Amino acid sequence: MKDKKLITEKLAKIIFITAAVFSIAAIITICIFLFANGIPAIRKIGIINFLFGSVWNPSAGKYGILTMIVGTIYVAAGCLIVSVPVGVLTAVCITKYCGKKIKAVLEQIINILAGIPSIIYGFFGMIILVPFAKELAYILGISGASGSGIFVGSIILGIMVLPTIINLSVTAIENVPKSYFEGSTALGAIKERTIVKVILPAAKSGIFTSIILGTGRAIGETMALALVLGNSATFPKSIFHSMENLTVAIVKELSYAEGLHYEALISIGLVLFVFILIFSFSLKLIKKGNKNG
Amino acid sequence: MDELNVILLSKQKFEKAKLLKLFSIIAAILVVISFLGIIIFIIINGIPNLSFNFIFGETTARAPTISAPVYNTLIIIFFTLLIAVPIGVCTAITLTEYLKRGNKFVGLVKIATETLSGIPSIIYALFGMVFFVKFLGWGYSLKAGIFTLSIMILPTIIRATEDSIKSVSDSLREASYGLGAGKLRTVTKVVLPSASKGIFAAIILSIGRIVGESAAVIFTAGTTFNKGALGLNSQGATLAVSMYVLIERGMIDYAYTAALVLIVCVICINLLSTALGKKVGDKYDKNN
Repeated sequence: MKDKKLITEKLAKIIFITAAVFSIAAIITICIFLFANGIPAIRKIGIINFLFGSVWNPSAGKYGILTMIVGTIYVAAGCLIVSVPVGVLTAVCITKYCGKKIKAVLEQIINILAGIPSIIYGFFGMIILVPFAKELAYILGISGASGSGIFVGSIILGIMVLPTIINLSVTAIENVPKSYFEGSTALGAIKERTIVKVILPAAKSGIFTSIILGTGRAIGETMALALVLGNSATFPKSIFHSMENLTVAIVKELSYAEGLHYEALISIGLVLFVFILIFSFSLKLIKKGNKNG
Repeated sequence: MDELNVILLSKQKFEKAKLLKLFSIIAAILVVISFLGIIIFIIINGIPNLSFNFIFGETTARAPTISAPVYNTLIIIFFTLLIAVPIGVCTAITLTEYLKRGNKFVGLVKIATETLSGIPSIIYALFGMVFFVKFLGWGYSLKAGIFTLSIMILPTIIRATEDSIKSVSDSLREASYGLGAGKLRTVTKVVLPSASKGIFAAIILSIGRIVGESAAVIFTAGTTFNKGALGLNSQGATLAVSMYVLIERGMIDYAYTAALVLIVCVICINLLSTALGKKVGDKYDKNN
């Protein structure tokens, strides 16, 4: 009887640990398959030609992804320009300026925003914002603009990233000890001065983390951008001209690509994967730095 | 207080400082406007085409319906959870109950799950296509979609289960051991039931992610609108994918309605998980 119980215990432990091995196995398999399928094309094309070539034209055998890399950076930067000010200020509003009831409503709204699928954001951008941007470009005298491009992409991504930035910034601001606020107020500083000079600097590492996480999302976002960036792998003439980034190139072409073209798309995925790995690694370093500091 | 400050500061400076309040309220209003804008946009444009037939009827060439995508979505949710929840919960149990914190293996699993949770869905799509669809030769199939999504939601389930297991108080475990129960019995009869609400919230969150996911499903489960005859080996679009396909085909009116159904599902899932989260929170407050 006791032996049987012992065996069950041992067996259970083995099962539990086997399950834990699964996620390690998954990440290793993903790495192996991305590298194994991504590297051959880079070799054939040549890493310099691949990363720094500015012409992407698979039917002519040109596989340069520089325009897409630049596109990804543009859109991520644009997204931050939209989302960081709005996100941090909203976090200030939630923590310092509104009552409990409004806070609950705002938090619920932010939760739902976080849950809305990216395809719906893209749809909204495509139908509402792209025509608006086209009008705007016309008024500004920019000719030949389709409206889709960095401008709309940044706004849509900015809205999508807002929940990440707001939630983490709220936590960071709430974690600042109350005594900081009281001390500053006691020295005669008004609330606004206290927030700008004391609270936000004290919460800056948390806010910074939220921005990095948001950037990670902006780099990886696909479906929303596929609908609002347009589709031309060239350097955009303006923020209202259509363009392409790494993720959109994959999603638009993967379904029909063959041969070297297909392999090159996987190589794009590999580049993206390495980008993201660098990002999560730097995030980890920052977190570690915070703990030590 | 404010009057005192006005006296202390010059009036100009004081008004400048108040701009922060103004701007932060404007920012919050912008958030609310974008939320309402998207919701109202979908509702107003989606309702005219909403009909019983659109949701439950059979697809024809002229009038697509979302009955098969809804069915596919349910199938994918069910089987994805069937794979990911046991693995995720068992992993969390290993990390919290069976191995010590400083253990190297625990560190490895943590790094793996953190990395997995940071990978964007397009990379999962590529991996699913390269591994399940091509390497294993499954072709576009619900099966390939299910396995890809299982890996994708695994980190969410592990993380949430870990958190809720950690918040079960040690005195419960000690009491169970004191009564002569073994480790397995303590874990299954005492720890898991106390952590069940947190796990349930994680499951609902994962359902939300599966429902909203499109990139990772397009290139694994495919984009066809019909109910396949091959079960899990047949291909099929989920609700979110069907919306993308409708947009690409230029059937914008139908896309609105698919979006409406999608967004209603997502909001319900979201409210449910918030409600559950609140209940879990209440329980902890009472215990402490």
